[in-house]
Amino acid sequence: MSVFEGFRFRRVSSPIHLLDPRVKFLYVCVMFVIAVMFTQLLPLILLFFVQIPFVWMAGVKREWIRSMRGALMFAVIIFLFNFVFTYFYTEYPQPPSMDLIEYSLSMTLRFIVLVESFAVFFLTTSPDHLGLALEQSRVPYEFCFAFTTAVRFVPVLAEEAQTIMDAQKARGLELERGNFMKRVRNYIPILIPLVVSAIRRSLELAETMESRAWGASDKRTNLYVLKPKRPDYALALISVLMLILAVYYWYFLPVPSLTTLLSP
Amino acid sequence: MIEAKNVYFSYPNGVEALKGLSLTIQDGDFVAIMGQNGAGKTTLIKQFNGLLKPTKGEVMVDGVSTRDVSVANLARKVGFVFQNPDHQLFCERVEEEVAFALRNFGFKEKAIKKRITWALRLLDLTQYRQTSPFMLSGGERKRVALASVLAWNPKVVIMDEPTIGQDYQQKEKLRQFIVQLNAQGKTVIIVTHDVEFVADCNPRVLLMTQGKIVADGGAKKLLTNYDLVTEASIVPPQIAQIFLGLEDFGLPTDLIDVYEARKVLLNSLEASS
Repeated sequence: MSVFEGFRFRRVSSPIHLLDPRVKFLYVCVMFVIAVMFTQLLPLILLFFVQIPFVWMAGVKREWIRSMRGALMFAVIIFLFNFVFTYFYTEYPQPPSMDLIEYSLSMTLRFIVLVESFAVFFLTTSPDHLGLALEQSRVPYEFCFAFTTAVRFVPVLAEEAQTIMDAQKARGLELERGNFMKRVRNYIPILIPLVVSAIRRSLELAETMESRAWGASDKRTNLYVLKPKRPDYALALISVLMLILAVYYWYFLPVPSLTTLLSP
Repeated sequence: MIEAKNVYFSYPNGVEALKGLSLTIQDGDFVAIMGQNGAGKTTLIKQFNGLLKPTKGEVMVDGVSTRDVSVANLARKVGFVFQNPDHQLFCERVEEEVAFALRNFGFKEKAIKKRITWALRLLDLTQYRQTSPFMLSGGERKRVALASVLAWNPKVVIMDEPTIGQDYQQKEKLRQFIVQLNAQGKTVIIVTHDVEFVADCNPRVLLMTQGKIVADGGAKKLLTNYDLVTEASIVPPQIAQIFLGLEDFGLPTDLIDVYEARKVLLNSLEASS
């Protein structure tokens, strides 16, 4: 679960938290596009470090480190897969070249950069803000509501799953016992109560919401309205400039690989 | 015997729920743990069957530290009935539900059958043997949960909020049932906010505030102590409130039992007329 902790919203007041989620999303998308554009290590390293000031400003260092640590295991898998498969397909009898190592490393770093930017986004954007942003982007309110509710109920469900596990353990259930099939079956006493109570909860929620006039008027108004401010425009500008710069480099200039730079 | 020695417990999110708590519960004790929300009551009882292990200090069940044995192992001795029955019911029929724990503990099929019959009769559920637990009412589901624990006859029975969602009659039945269990030598530990229920049961009471036990003693003594009770954010039982207000008339103030109160009042009325 600690991996998910690294993505869960923290209520801290920081300039990054105050940014418009739409702009932050633009920034994440730009990061995504740039990371996918390059297969060389150098630009990806740059991309990794470009984001660190954001983490600092947002005051979510600890959580960010946690998400990075969570990504580490997957990163190792990605590295091994890239390295092993590419090696056996292309260079097999010869010893692996530096290029191959660099390529595998950049694939791994690409993944880390993606995790990094998404972590910053989710750590600093509250579900409410996110829903508001969706709504103001003309997504139908029913979808926005379903989305924010789903996000909000994840921790509730996690807690409930823990309680159910405790309740069944108290009745002598041992989750870690038996062969693979037995272990899968061990989870039935956890899953059924969890699903049943989730359904029950959603029905209850529907009833309480209807009794509070949900969907009574077609046009809803919001108490809070997102309005881009100066820092939002600044971030949007930075994101777009980064994208333009990246495209320019990618299109017109050769991106040096680390191996060629280092070799005499 | 359950012994807690200077137990500290912190949740992974850093909240310290128990702060250096020590207590002994003898075999055959009847204990009610009370206190406001967040006082650490549920955290404390989860230490008793090893669902939570102390971060510092030690909890011993019959001389064995909870750190050294699995929950399943402890559960055989310490039965735990959770607050919300919906967190444990999952079978298609009530009898399967009761059999679940018995199968986990490796009882023989023949013994399982016998125990199901016994436990269902004990809780007045025999007619629901083949019913789906999900079709039952809240109070009945709660009793199924209780039956599924009592079926393996644990030495200690822990109940988290047993009175919630029960109508008055069921509550009274539950009270008699608990008292009877205790009379048969079972250790009974309940966590509850229901002062009237505790007043009727008259057990040993542990008052908790902020992860510590602030008082430990008979219900009669503790629940009529206005300052103490206020500190634990509960209200004295109604009988006690009446008599606390009648102090000036020379009546005793340490009453929580309806019958006893009636006797005292009758005596004083007779004396004055």
